[in-house]
Amino acid sequence: MSFAWAKQYEPQSAFTKWLDEKLPLPRLVYNAVGAGYPVPRNLNYMWNFGVLAGFFLVVQIVTGVVLAMHYAANGLVAFATVEHIMRDVNYGWMLRYAHANGASFFFIVIYMHIFRGFFYSSYKAPREMIWLLGVVIFLLMMATAFMGYVLPWGQMSYWGAQVITGLFSAIPLVGEPLQVWLLGGFAPDNAALNRFFSLHFLLPFVIAGVVILHIWALHIPGSSNPTGVEVKQESDTVPFHPYYTAKDGFGLGVVLILFTTMIFFLPNALGHPDNYIEANPLSTPAHIVPEWYFWPFYAILRAFTGDLTIPFTGIILVQAKLLGVIAMFGSILIWFILPWLDKSPVRSGHYRPLFRKFFWFGLIPAMAVLFYCGGAPAEQPYVVISQIATAYYFLHFLVILPIISQIEVPKPLPFSITEAVLGKDTAPEAPRTGSVDGGDAGTATDGALQPAE
Amino acid sequence: MATETAATTETFAEDGVRRRDWIHIAALGTAGVGAASVLFPLISQMSPSADVLAASSTEVDVSAIAAGQAIKASFRKQPLFIRRLTPDEIKQANEVDPSTLRDPQTLAERTKEGHEDLLVTMGVCTHLGCVPLGAAEGENRGDFGGYFCPCHGSHYDTAARIRKGPAPKNLHVPDYEFKSDAVIRVG
Amino acid sequence: MTIRLGGIIAGLAITLVLVLWSLLPGAYSYAFDPAPEQQPSAAFYEHGHGPEGGFSFDGPLGKWDYAQLQRGYQVYKEVCSACHSLKYVAFRNLQQLGYTEAEVQAEAASWTIPGIDPATGDQTTNPGKPTDAFPPVYYSGQGHPPDLSLITKARHDGSNYVYDLLTGYGEPDPAKAAKVGFETPDGLYFNKHFPNVNIAMPAPLSDGQVTYADGSANTTAAMAKDVAAFLTWTAEPSLIQRKQTGWFVIGFLLFATALAFLSYKQIWAGVKPKKK
Repeated sequence: MSFAWAKQYEPQSAFTKWLDEKLPLPRLVYNAVGAGYPVPRNLNYMWNFGVLAGFFLVVQIVTGVVLAMHYAANGLVAFATVEHIMRDVNYGWMLRYAHANGASFFFIVIYMHIFRGFFYSSYKAPREMIWLLGVVIFLLMMATAFMGYVLPWGQMSYWGAQVITGLFSAIPLVGEPLQVWLLGGFAPDNAALNRFFSLHFLLPFVIAGVVILHIWALHIPGSSNPTGVEVKQESDTVPFHPYYTAKDGFGLGVVLILFTTMIFFLPNALGHPDNYIEANPLSTPAHIVPEWYFWPFYAILRAFTGDLTIPFTGIILVQAKLLGVIAMFGSILIWFILPWLDKSPVRSGHYRPLFRKFFWFGLIPAMAVLFYCGGAPAEQPYVVISQIATAYYFLHFLVILPIISQIEVPKPLPFSITEAVLGKDTAPEAPRTGSVDGGDAGTATDGALQPAE
Repeated sequence: MATETAATTETFAEDGVRRRDWIHIAALGTAGVGAASVLFPLISQMSPSADVLAASSTEVDVSAIAAGQAIKASFRKQPLFIRRLTPDEIKQANEVDPSTLRDPQTLAERTKEGHEDLLVTMGVCTHLGCVPLGAAEGENRGDFGGYFCPCHGSHYDTAARIRKGPAPKNLHVPDYEFKSDAVIRVG
Repeated sequence: MTIRLGGIIAGLAITLVLVLWSLLPGAYSYAFDPAPEQQPSAAFYEHGHGPEGGFSFDGPLGKWDYAQLQRGYQVYKEVCSACHSLKYVAFRNLQQLGYTEAEVQAEAASWTIPGIDPATGDQTTNPGKPTDAFPPVYYSGQGHPPDLSLITKARHDGSNYVYDLLTGYGEPDPAKAAKVGFETPDGLYFNKHFPNVNIAMPAPLSDGQVTYADGSANTTAAMAKDVAAFLTWTAEPSLIQRKQTGWFVIGFLLFATALAFLSYKQIWAGVKPKKK
C-alpha cells in the first residue's frame, strides 16, 4: 500500500534495529499514523473526527473497565452499587460521569464522522470496504450503548430493556420466544442484566478489533479529501506526523474542553431524571425515551402506525409493529448498499450542485426533524411530521441519490489537490475547498518554510 | 499563528534545536502533564472507598468472656481473637525469656495495663494469612497451648507469640482501647 | 445497476406504505378529528420557578450553605422522615455538613436501626452507628412515599421542584373549578406544582413547625428551601467538589489547547501555499 514517496521507517538505535527485525511494531505505527503515512494536504476539520472517535473508544474502555471493578450486575444491588460508585468510591462520580457523557460524545463525533462521509461521498470506490466496516462499527456501538444504559437498573434502563427487546417480538412466528430467549425470562431481570453486562464488557473490544480493520482498509487507498480528487503526486500530500498529529492534537483539546464542561458542570443534562429512580417492574414512566443518540431511529420506528393490508379485504400482510422494526433497522442497513446506490463519478459534494442541495435542504433537515420527533411524546403532530421525514429519508437514499447520480452535471474538478490548494497560475479563482486550511492559503505572506528535510 | 518576526529570524542554535521548537516542547509537555494527572483518579479509585474506611473500627463487648475462653470477632473483614487468659496461662507466658523468642515481646507489651488477662490479637497467621486454630472450644491449640495454624504448622504460645513453625512474627495486636471495662474499640 | 433499480423500487415501496397506510389516515384524523380532551386538572397546573433568589449552590460558582444544609437536615428528621426514607445516605456522611465526629455519633444514636438478633432470629432495634444508613420507612397509608436520597436528581430541575412542591399547596380557584367541573379526589390534596395537581401527600410544612436552633426564619417557604437544599446534597454530595474540580480542569485544558493550536500553526506554517 501507500504511495511511492512515503517515507520509510529507519531504526536509529541498536535496540530499535533489533526490535524491527523481531517484531516491527514501531514500523507498523510509523506507517499507520506516523511520518510514513502520506495524507492529502487539504483535509479540513471534518477529518478530525475519526481520530476523536478512536479517542472516545479508549475513554469508554478505560472508564468502563474501572467502573466494572465496583459495579455488580444483580437486580437487587445494581442500582445501589452505582450509588456506591457515586458516593463512596474515590473519584467514582468523576469516572461514572465521564463514562456516561463519554458515550454521548462518542456518538457526537461518530455522527460528524458519518455525515462527513455522506457529504464527501467517502463511501465510494475505492473506499467501500472502509465504509462497510464503519457501518458495522456503528451497529456494534448502538448495541453496546443500549446494553450499557440498562446496567444502572433505573426506570429508563428497565423499560428500555423491555421495549427494545420487545422490538424482536414483532418478528412473525419466532418473535415472542425470541424475546423470552433474549431476556432469559418473561421480563427483564437478573438473567437479562447479567448477560447485558457481559456483552457490554465484550463488545467494545470487538469494536476495537473492527476499528483496526477499518484503519487497515483505509491505508490501502489512503485518506479521501475535500476535493474528492485522488492523490496524484507527492506535493498533494503531507506526512501524517507531524502535520495531522498536531492538527488532531488541537482538535482533541477543543473537544476535551466541551467534554469536561459536560462532566463537571452539566453531567446529567443528556440523561433522563427517571433513571435515578430504581427499576420498578410495576410502574412505567409517563414518557419513555431512549438516549438522545437513538432518537432519529426511534422516530422511524414509531412512524409506522398502520398495518399493511390488502385494500378492502382486511387481510393483514405486515403488522405496523413489524413495519416499524423493519424500517428502523433498514434505515441503517441501507448504508451498506450506499456505495452502489450513488454511482456518480464525482465524490465531493462541493462539485455536485444538485447533490449538495438535497444534502443540506433534504437529508439534514429530515434527520433533524427525526431527531426532534424521536425525543417528543408519541402524539400528534409529531407522528405525522416524523412520517413525512421518514418517507423523505428512504426516498433520499433509495430514489433521489440514484437519480441524481444519473442526471447531475458536476462542476469542473481541479486537476489535483495541489492545484485546488494553491490555485492555477492562469485561474486564481480556481475552486477552493472552503476548508480552514484552504482558507489559510490566501493569507500566507510570511513565506516561512520548514527546513528542507 | 507564528509571528513574522519569529519566522524571519529563525536560526539554528548550536545544539541543532530550533528556537521556536519551545512551543512544541511546551505543548507536548503540557499534554504529558494532563495525561499523567488523568492517571490519578484511575489509580485512586482502587484504594478503599469511603464506606470501607468508615467501617474500619469495631466495638466488641468482652464482658461475657470467661477465663480460658476466647471469642472470634470481625475487624476489617478479618478474624479478631479475644481471649481471657487463665492465671496458669499468664504464668506460662511470663516464664519464657523474651530474648529467646523469634519475635521478642512480653505478655505485658501485648496487653493493656490493668487488663493483662485480655489478649486481643488478629486471627491471621503471620506466615501466609490462614486463620489459626485454638480460639474455639476443643480445637488444637498447638505445642505451646496458644494457637496452631494448620496450613503450614506454626505454633503460637499462650501470649500468641510464634514459637515453632515458619511464621516470622507474633500474631498481630491491633490498635485498640478500652472504652469501659466491658467494651473495647478496635481500630 | 440492479442494486440501484432495486433501491429505487424499495424506496418507493416504503414511501408508498407510509403515505397510503399511515400518513394519509393519520394526517386526516389529525386535521379533522377533535383534539383529545385534556384532563381538567391540566388547567390548574402551574410551572414553578424555585425559591426567590435561587440556591447558594446554583451556577458554576455555587457553594454549599452549611448552616442551611443543617437546618434542612433538621426539617427532614422532624418532618419528612415520618414517611420518607433516605437509604443511600449514611450517618457518617453528615460530617460533610459540618458536624463533628462526636456530634455525628450522637446524631446516629438518636435513630433506631432495625436488626436481627443472631442468637434468636428475632427482630430487634439498635441505636444507629455512624456507618449505618438511614433506616427504611414502612408506610401503610395512601400513596407510595418515595425514597428521598436521589429525589432532586430523579425529577427535572429537582431542587426547584422540591421547593415548588412543598410551597404549592392550597385550594383551586373555586370559580374555575366549578366551570370545568374539577374536584380534588377524596384522600388527595391539591398542589398546583404537582404534575396532575392531585397529590397523596398532605401539606407537610406549616409556618413555625420546626424551631431552628440558630433562630433562622421558619416560614413554610424558608423550611422548604432548607430541605430542598439538604436533599440536593443527599442526591449529589460531590456537587461542589465537582464544580471546583471542573474549573481547574477546564483552565488547564484551555492552556493546553492554546499551546496545541500554536504548535499546530507552527508546523503547518511551512506548507502554506505560495503562488508560483
